[in-house]
Amino acid sequence: MVVLKELPTEELFASGHRLCAGCGEGIINRMTMKALRGPTVIIAATGCNEVASTIYPYTSWKLPWAHIAFENAAAVASGVVEAYKAMARRGVKQGHIDVVAMAGDGGTYDIGIQALSGAMERGHDFLYICVDNEAYMNTGIQRSGSTPHGADTTTSPAGSVIPGKPEWKKDLIGICAAHGIEYAATASPAYWNDYMTKVRKGIEVNGPAVIDVLSPCPLGWRHESARSIEMVKLAVETRYFPIYEFERGKYKLNLNVSKPKPAEEFLKAQGRFSHLFKPTYRKDVIDEIQQNVDANWNRILKLCAN
Amino acid sequence: MTIIGMTGDEAVAHAAKQSKVDIVAAYPITPQTIIVERFSKYVADGEVHTGYVCVESEHSALSACIGSSLTGARVFTATSSQGLALMHEMMYIASGLRCPIVMGVANRALSAPINIHGDHSDMMGSRDSGWVQIYVENAQEAYDWTIQAFRIAEDKDVQLPVSVNLDGFIITHCMEGVDVLGGNVIAEFLKTRKPLFKLDPEKPVTVGALCFTDYYFEFKRQQVEAFSHVQGVLDRVAKEFKGVSGRSYSAIETYGMEDAEAAVLCLGSTAGTAREVAHTLRAQGKKVGIVKIWLYRPFPVDEVKAALKNVKALAVFDKSISFGAQYGAVCSDVVSALHTVDKRPRIFNVIFGLGGRDIKPSDIEHVFNEALETTKTGAVKQETLFLGVRE
Repeated sequence: MVVLKELPTEELFASGHRLCAGCGEGIINRMTMKALRGPTVIIAATGCNEVASTIYPYTSWKLPWAHIAFENAAAVASGVVEAYKAMARRGVKQGHIDVVAMAGDGGTYDIGIQALSGAMERGHDFLYICVDNEAYMNTGIQRSGSTPHGADTTTSPAGSVIPGKPEWKKDLIGICAAHGIEYAATASPAYWNDYMTKVRKGIEVNGPAVIDVLSPCPLGWRHESARSIEMVKLAVETRYFPIYEFERGKYKLNLNVSKPKPAEEFLKAQGRFSHLFKPTYRKDVIDEIQQNVDANWNRILKLCAN
Repeated sequence: MTIIGMTGDEAVAHAAKQSKVDIVAAYPITPQTIIVERFSKYVADGEVHTGYVCVESEHSALSACIGSSLTGARVFTATSSQGLALMHEMMYIASGLRCPIVMGVANRALSAPINIHGDHSDMMGSRDSGWVQIYVENAQEAYDWTIQAFRIAEDKDVQLPVSVNLDGFIITHCMEGVDVLGGNVIAEFLKTRKPLFKLDPEKPVTVGALCFTDYYFEFKRQQVEAFSHVQGVLDRVAKEFKGVSGRSYSAIETYGMEDAEAAVLCLGSTAGTAREVAHTLRAQGKKVGIVKIWLYRPFPVDEVKAALKNVKALAVFDKSISFGAQYGAVCSDVVSALHTVDKRPRIFNVIFGLGGRDIKPSDIEHVFNEALETTKTGAVKQETLFLGVRE
């Protein structure tokens, strides 16, 4: 549990970055930095976060930070972790350094899943944060394996025949859990305490840990910038994005939603689903999404009951 | 002097071990596999402090190496063929981020059709990736160059990755006597890496920032500058290495070039066969010689020019094809190096050995005879000779 009064006042993620107004990533970066345990190195995948925070010769990062490519944050982090250990064996005097990898859903669910799988299997000690805004937002809103069913993106456009993305969001936590890692969790920046506690937990675990944190994107989700946190709160309140964790083989629901709002409330608040409401009300698709939300919630409850 | 019987792959693994690398991140692929097998055994037996990251692909291998290198660690990897092709994206990044990684490349043909035998298609496909590229003739050279490669890569004026290329099977799997230096000799020769910058919480830096039209070009120009320092550093390192090993290295090696009128220029193991043939022909009074390129990138333009200044006919051997180009990669480099010279030899290109097709002494003798014929006629019979192929 993180105590607000005890949070460090130091900002390791400096203002002046060029993320969009209302972007979840800036908020998540700041929370992440304040939850660190000590000396830390950040390894970033290509994406909005890197593009907007390190335009040469400027940087927003007041700690060692490296971006290598799109699909390999987990592989690079593996090398960093093992190199510090090897140099310590050689006799280099250096205290413990935590390693945190940050990537988007494109770099995690899709192109980076192999590198992440390999790193989890090998058991390197680092925290991997997937800043999940549910599409390739950096390149102009193309669908990813994380994009929800029915969402309108530039490569899953809502057309007269196909109403947005036909496929469903991948179960990232399930994939991580199947690797037998010690810790994996979902989070929403609307619940800062929950997220920051999980970041610290993920760092403290001796081995790989993964957090999938939902990140609102005013540009891609098409909502007002001022309503970003409201969106990711609604995602939880509708049970669209359940907040839970997998720790040492046990699932636990962190935020119970006893009286869920209809999924429709989450959908109609965002332009990426507007084609489900106008010109025709697509009850069929909305019902399908609601059924999927219910089924997913029940699936997670069942996992948590074991 | 300690002579040990080992294959080229074993010699590279042994050199990496003695170079006290901090990290090996690698993925097995024929004919490189012996390198990583040997290294994992060193780790399993506690002979090294090295962290062995047994990754799930070559792409991740080089990615992990880059991460390790950025911490200030000494890093080694090895690959071949399809593996090198999979690393291609990361090769440019390793160079652009100035990571002095050393990589053993067991040169092998590229698919399709799939083939596990030796040719230079793999590294030639990455020749513009910003890696210093060295080609070796035998296991001894594989050992010696792997050690020297760390010094060249890590030099403050270079800070570039280096590939040590050895012909698949011909060198990688052939058992030879290798004169191995003592561990303390190598430790003294290499010392520990002193990075110019590293991922250090005490002194934070941002690595891999986004550079637009306003800065990108300058970064590339700096890499060119680093490449211009390689030969000077190599000569200095080689001189010191001679002091500890008694063996001389430089950018190129020549045989019979003091009076040769017809010459062969080649890389790697082919030079051994060519030297033997040239030796026989010279005994018959024929003025032939060979130029072996050790350092292929940066291309040793001045040395090649000097070596060829009295040659009338030259056959350039390429163990890969540059589809649609006039010549193979090596021949293009040679032609380009000589184009400002007034008195230059007649040149023809020999494409050979693809997919491990054997090159026999009689094949090379045939090429020498063609070149000797050209010295007389002043004309090249065939601009590109596909040697040993059924047509």
